[in-house]
Amino acid sequence: MPTSTNASGEKIWKLRTRNETLFRWALWLATIIAFYVSWMKISDQTTWFFVYDAPRIAADIGGRAWPPRWSYIDQLGGAIWDTINMATLGTIFALFMAVPVAFLAARNTTPSKTFIRPVALLVIVSTRSINSLIWALLLVSIIGPGVLAGIVAIAIRSIGFCAKLLYEAIEEIDSTQVEAITATGASRWQTMAYGIVPQIMPAFAGIAVFRWDINFRESTVLGLVGAGGIGLQLQGSLNTLAWPQVSLILIVILVAVIIGEWVSARVRGAII
Amino acid sequence: MSVTLESRLGTGWKKPHFIENPVLRWGLIIGAVVYLVLAFASVEVNWSRVYEGLDRGWKFIAAFSSPDFTSRGADIREGMIESVIMTVTSTIVGIAISIPIALGAASNIAPLPVYLVCRFIVSISRALNEIIVAILFVAIFGFGPLAGFLTLSFATIGFLSKLLAEDIEDMNKVQAEAIHATGASWLQWINYGVQPQVMPRLIGLSMYRLDINFRESAVLGLVGAGGIGATLNTAFDRYEFDTVAAILILIIVTVMALEYLSGMIRGRVQ
Repeated sequence: MPTSTNASGEKIWKLRTRNETLFRWALWLATIIAFYVSWMKISDQTTWFFVYDAPRIAADIGGRAWPPRWSYIDQLGGAIWDTINMATLGTIFALFMAVPVAFLAARNTTPSKTFIRPVALLVIVSTRSINSLIWALLLVSIIGPGVLAGIVAIAIRSIGFCAKLLYEAIEEIDSTQVEAITATGASRWQTMAYGIVPQIMPAFAGIAVFRWDINFRESTVLGLVGAGGIGLQLQGSLNTLAWPQVSLILIVILVAVIIGEWVSARVRGAII
Repeated sequence: MSVTLESRLGTGWKKPHFIENPVLRWGLIIGAVVYLVLAFASVEVNWSRVYEGLDRGWKFIAAFSSPDFTSRGADIREGMIESVIMTVTSTIVGIAISIPIALGAASNIAPLPVYLVCRFIVSISRALNEIIVAILFVAIFGFGPLAGFLTLSFATIGFLSKLLAEDIEDMNKVQAEAIHATGASWLQWINYGVQPQVMPRLIGLSMYRLDINFRESAVLGLVGAGGIGATLNTAFDRYEFDTVAAILILIIVTVMALEYLSGMIRGRVQ
């Protein structure tokens, strides 16, 4: 038990030993220095006049944006439909690609731990670490603006995410069930279909719905780089400084996201 | 009565369906098919444009074999530094703000009015996409990393407070009560009864959020909020795929390093 001695020689209980306290103190110091250095850099690049002026600007924008232009809403129906399609089709394509990647990446199902598993892990990491907006930017420059670029961007971004969660689920399966199927003389594919797939099915469905929810949020902004959906309308309104339309679009996005979250929570509740 | 081989064997086993109710099953299948047909029909694809683009796509993939770090080296370095400082500051500030909010959003600690206010803050922060918040902050505070820093801090609050509050709600009551019984004040109670229980989770979540913030900081530049995204956007606009490849490789490597680091730290504290 860590203790310290006070002036009169009594031992006093301490939460941590001296070395632990010193270590923590050093960690705090390092954090504060890192923060200070970074903050100075940000501060150098900020025009503080604009920041002091910010409340007035915010009030000004707020004044322009309110009330929202409600009549604009009939032009948003198609955009919302496109947004939903981007999220849904993107998730479906992603799942088709994520399943084989996950099986190749899981330690217990991969055909080769030394050659194939690292490749699968690389696919997972590289698709996961790049934001869907960057993928959209890239795809817009490759296949042109439109919903297709959005779908592909969402699909690629989701492969890594879905495959990672799925391969973790595969690694956690109960091996006795797989063994039982193998013992009946099942082939490799039959073992997979009857021993492994039923065990990961709930996880798979959960991942699909979870990712759909995230994709729906992300697809609302993909239009900013030209990949279709409601973000396109947002970009147009921002560029023409049509603030009443911007506020309406933001309200629509907010409501849509909340509905999307509610739907996915209900579906997940029904599955699990 | 002759017993045939078939009747002795009985009927073959069939795999049970994933959804047992046949009406629901077929309803879902037909609904899904109808939706997919409608959705695919509404996607307009300009195939000649796609065909033209394949060439460019191939160039992009080929660029990964010869990433160009040098010709825009100064821009890349500046963008990366900006991304990193935005990540560090916003994570620190985000954690500092989320801890009190998480305490307020935990139903077993906070009184109901505080709980509702904190939950409201959390849901607002979670419902708004980072990019949209960044656009608003850029409009209000001007271009530069300050807008990015504010955006990421705001996003961190929603993420961290929600997950931390859930962990506080799941904590072991007995330990907290034992501290209560010693006559501890409220702050002492939080510090000795609650904090040690949620600390490993807090550290794990913070590391995870650091990772997310870095990834997000890479796109905030697209809307003018500072970071490597601005450089990336310029490179895309000029079709300089060598530079794009270099930036993407840097992002991937940094994310991998952060993930490895956070895995190590989480392994140690949990």
